[in-house]
Amino acid sequence: MQNKIIHWFKYGSPQSFYPLAGKMLPWFVTLAVIFGSAGLWLGFFVAPTDAVQGEGYRIIFVHVAASWMSMFLYLVMAFWAGLGLALNTRLSSMMASAVAPTGALMAFISLWTGALWGKPMWGTWWVWDARLTSELILLFLYLGFLALQAAIDEPRRADKAGAILALVGVVNVPIIYFSVTWWNTLHQGASVSLTKSPSMAVTMLWGMLLMALCFWMYSIAMTLMRVRVIILERERTSEWVKHAVA
Amino acid sequence: MQWHSIGEFFAMGGYALYVWGSFGVTALVLVIEPLLLRKRRNDALDSLRRERSADERNSG
Repeated sequence: MQNKIIHWFKYGSPQSFYPLAGKMLPWFVTLAVIFGSAGLWLGFFVAPTDAVQGEGYRIIFVHVAASWMSMFLYLVMAFWAGLGLALNTRLSSMMASAVAPTGALMAFISLWTGALWGKPMWGTWWVWDARLTSELILLFLYLGFLALQAAIDEPRRADKAGAILALVGVVNVPIIYFSVTWWNTLHQGASVSLTKSPSMAVTMLWGMLLMALCFWMYSIAMTLMRVRVIILERERTSEWVKHAVA
Repeated sequence: MQWHSIGEFFAMGGYALYVWGSFGVTALVLVIEPLLLRKRRNDALDSLRRERSADERNSG
């Protein structure tokens, strides 16, 4: 037991996490490619044409995956930021900074594919309804976090300021998630429910879940790649980094 | 499989602009992000190497 605790703290330092992240990276890239290929195959060649939306519904395979990740990554970012703030651990704050740009891109993809789906099905690219507006706010929270950190020169102060913004913004995530049940919106209800049996074809559901897994693995890979660069940039004066680039 | 020809696949039942507009931009984003990260990593390593060789010249 004692050994396990020491083990965890060992990987809490940037110096030991840097090579570990490098070793994990190719695995997550491989998994993302495998899940992505399988998901695209199911989504384009196996899943049947939708009775109401024809082939247009196939946007779901990127839209849902990106939307889920945009919300989930925000929670991950806020978790690491909060941990960094509470325990004053450098690596936690670096993780938060490493997640943020990928989260912002996921929110952007969600809004972009949503607009391209909304136009043919609802007749409009955009409406100011609860679901769409709260997702736009999520994108602004990510961008705000990035801008705030970029504006502060001293990294540890930037970490703290960013953490407070990230934690306050967490309230937006359940608002996005439940917006379709709390308000009367143009957006359809949840695509997948834990309490109800699935209303869509099983192959559609599997295609969606595989694409979500692909985006998940991709996000982990990008976070690991980015946190390694952040470690190099921030720990540049330490001896081990100087030796690492030899 | 519901497609009878390549053309039919790319036409997406009349939704080509919307479906390919979604998948295309998503693919672009997922390709550009790792490329930008690789560039940022190479830049960081380059400047670390430059500092190192400058250090060695000064001490030598």
